[in-house]
Amino acid sequence: MPFFRMTKTVLMSLFKRPATVKYPFAPRTYYANTRGKVLIEVNNCIFCGICQRKCPTAAITVAKADKRWVINRLRCISCGACVDACPKKCLKLDTQYTPVQTAKSEESFTQNA
Amino acid sequence: MTKRTIIPFGPQHPVLPEPIHLDLVLEDEKVVEAIPSVGFIHRGLEKLVEKKDFQDYVYVAERICGICSFIHGMTYCIAVEEVMKLDVPERAQYLRVIWSELSRIHSHLLWLGLMADSFGFESLFMHTWRLREAILDIIEETTGGRVIFGSSKVGGVRKDVSDEKLKLIVEKLKKYEKEIKEITDVFVHDASVKHRLVGVGILSKNDAYTLGAVGPTARGSGVSQDMRKLGYAAYRNINFEPIVETAGDCYARCMVRVRELFQSIDMISQAVNKIQAGPIEVKVTGTPNGEFFARTEQPRGEVIYYAKADGDKFLKRLRVRTPTFANIPALLKVLPGSSLADVPVLILTIDPCISCTER
Repeated sequence: MPFFRMTKTVLMSLFKRPATVKYPFAPRTYYANTRGKVLIEVNNCIFCGICQRKCPTAAITVAKADKRWVINRLRCISCGACVDACPKKCLKLDTQYTPVQTAKSEESFTQNA
Repeated sequence: MTKRTIIPFGPQHPVLPEPIHLDLVLEDEKVVEAIPSVGFIHRGLEKLVEKKDFQDYVYVAERICGICSFIHGMTYCIAVEEVMKLDVPERAQYLRVIWSELSRIHSHLLWLGLMADSFGFESLFMHTWRLREAILDIIEETTGGRVIFGSSKVGGVRKDVSDEKLKLIVEKLKKYEKEIKEITDVFVHDASVKHRLVGVGILSKNDAYTLGAVGPTARGSGVSQDMRKLGYAAYRNINFEPIVETAGDCYARCMVRVRELFQSIDMISQAVNKIQAGPIEVKVTGTPNGEFFARTEQPRGEVIYYAKADGDKFLKRLRVRTPTFANIPALLKVLPGSSLADVPVLILTIDPCISCTER
């Protein structure tokens, strides 16, 4: 039958659950590998600055003097270059993305003395 | 002589995912001439190579295109690796093949959906994109990103995929193959689809060759040209024949892409069977010095990366020739003589990717 090729698929989809998820009411499931936002365990950080040098978008600033690690979430492309380069393994990629922002801002982490 | 009118087509048009502008010169409903203008989204990415470290530029190369991102990144890496005479490990080469083919499947499914949308078959559009979502899930599971894989790297790949996971991917793809067959059969057999595609926009073999068409556009006209036959990455170890149709019309170009979907699934299972355990990258030391032309096959056709370096950590010159750029002359050849209602379909059959073209 040259016409109505699609009919079977269309009829079957009528009785199936929707292929889409009712986001944000139903949560989206992420994979373990999903590259979300960068997290830091700032207390393990030695402020070597390798992540700052490796970051292709210059989103990270490391202030060794006042033990501060600053990230500009809007510049970050979640490539994971900093995570691969970190010698202390204190950086990791979360599976969740950064929440929506309404203004440009930087997130700052300071090590407890 | 009938009165001529000029209709501007684009840069904003429902069938165009990206901005290209055409001035269509019409006599009644017939197109007599098409004058293209591009340049809406030029980003100067080639110039950026002089400011970015050659290893960091991979991230930029991947972002040249949002659909064939992985192959862009991979081709850049191949060009730099050849300049630096790096020996990329076998496993990394196979992973590159697997990811390239996954991106080909998702790009072709995306195109089939857009095509269905262009001739007004909305449910077919939705169903092809539903299938594409499953492929994107596989990509996200293995690389962490849905369209920007971020797994290319000069000297290999950044992420390994375990053998069990690779086997699982092949199993999943075999399952999706049936569903894809069910949906693509509509493109192959349905009378309403054929009515819009068969005999529309015929590009002869000679024209396709002399105008330098690449990829499915050339193969749909009977030019058997597939850069994967050059044997880059691990393609030299994989059995396949370029898919060629001879009619040269929109239907033939559509059929090339439909058949390539199944070919890609087959190539992934071949690659998974042949992949061996081993390292996934080599250490990169020093800086590149020399020049190289890398040619690879994207979903849309051949992409060329020319890299030139002089021992500095920044490349001297990078030139990217994308497939859409090569296919625009062929498009301008088929447009005159067609009716206005067929123009969206004709533009889509070259699978235009304008942000690639303008970089």
